[in-house]
Amino acid sequence: MTQINVRVDGASYSDDVEPRTLLVHYLREQLGKVGTVVGCDTSNCGACTVHLDGQAVKSCTVLAVQADGSEVTTIEGVASGGGATLHPVQRAFHELHGLQCGFCTPGMIMASIDLLKENPDPTETEVREGIEGNLCRCTGYQNIVRAVQQAAAEMRGEAPGDPGASPAAGDTAAAEPMAAQS
Amino acid sequence: MIPAAFAYSRPTTVEEALQAIADGGDDVKVLAGGQSLIPVMRLRLAAPELVVDLTRVEELRGVREEGDQLVVGAMTTHADVLSDPLLAQYAQLLVQATETVADRQVRRRGTFGGALAHADPAGDLPAVALALDAEFVIAGPAGRRTVPAGEFFVDYLTTVLEEGELLVEIRLPKIAAADGWGVRYEKFNRVAQAWSIVAVAAAVRREGGRITEARIGLTNMGPTPLRASATEAALVGVDVSLETVTAAAAQAAEGTSPSNDLNAQADYRQHLAQVLTKRALAAAAGL
Repeated sequence: MTQINVRVDGASYSDDVEPRTLLVHYLREQLGKVGTVVGCDTSNCGACTVHLDGQAVKSCTVLAVQADGSEVTTIEGVASGGGATLHPVQRAFHELHGLQCGFCTPGMIMASIDLLKENPDPTETEVREGIEGNLCRCTGYQNIVRAVQQAAAEMRGEAPGDPGASPAAGDTAAAEPMAAQS
Repeated sequence: MIPAAFAYSRPTTVEEALQAIADGGDDVKVLAGGQSLIPVMRLRLAAPELVVDLTRVEELRGVREEGDQLVVGAMTTHADVLSDPLLAQYAQLLVQATETVADRQVRRRGTFGGALAHADPAGDLPAVALALDAEFVIAGPAGRRTVPAGEFFVDYLTTVLEEGELLVEIRLPKIAAADGWGVRYEKFNRVAQAWSIVAVAAAVRREGGRITEARIGLTNMGPTPLRASATEAALVGVDVSLETVTAAAAQAAEGTSPSNDLNAQADYRQHLAQVLTKRALAAAAGL
């Protein structure tokens, strides 16, 4: 066993872990942070995405011992006011139906927050590329992309719920094939 | 699944890392970014007795300039590569290829040196290193040695790295637009974050409407990355035009022996190599 000291969602922990323990299992099983889920066994799906020292990583592909001395933020730590006020990305996923079964959502939101830190005004293509490490098998991504763009607008200080505030090329592009079919 | 139990060492210098590897016996794995090794260990395809984790070896991370070369530390992450000003100026080909590696989370952890030492023929960066005539600096118990990219890759997932050795840095000759170089990494894959079915790394130098030098690396056209030597030779001294580039690209698959697998048959891969080489050359030559 190896002792690790980590801060997770603002609280400090000191625990003994086996070197083979994956970060996601430490979070879920030792800390009870079950908001972070395991979706695959292959590092593909991104459902387990958390922030390690501010950067999105797949917590199934990081060892818990590697988080020693680091700051981890999970989906349970992104709302403010002790969870009372949802993060703008969480709120946008809720308002725009960015989820169906919800299993991919924690990872989608953590990846999206990471993307928006780097690119506060992403195009539709940039959102799709930014979350390419996260798989959703329900929604077809359409509303996820809209949610990320709405949250981006809100975080830039533009009126929430008004994607027209920025020229949302993505919306137009997405509407075209639908119009053609009807 | 979780990995089989292993002992864990976390050195902070190259010297400590070499010592840990030497003390570890026969069954040691070196952990760089872990984005290939941890999945393989989770599947129990690898079950080392000791894992030596290099993530705290600061001297292995970062990019510096040395004369006409850039020196990239083996533990420089893909995300570091994408934000580095020196690489943006002198190694656009590496930047372009790195943008296509996996996804943003994996690029945060995965490293340039780790990807090269892993030597997956479908990985994007070995072909880039080969096309750029990179040099690999390897540290071992007896000191350091430098190996050209053409000799580094030996076979499928196999390099010249011996047990007890460590890839510490990669030296890239500067390739700058100001000197007439144009570059393009052209990759064909089917879905997000997928491995290349085939990809082509091309660098073309132009001078007064003619091509003076071309360097072309092929991804996934054999058990190791390859140079498209016939195409490179055919391009020297020719006028920059779509016709000359297309004619040269027709030779891109010469001497290759790609695999047949679920994604593609060998003859299809050879076809792709020609098409992608043509596209990469055209873009690199500014056509």
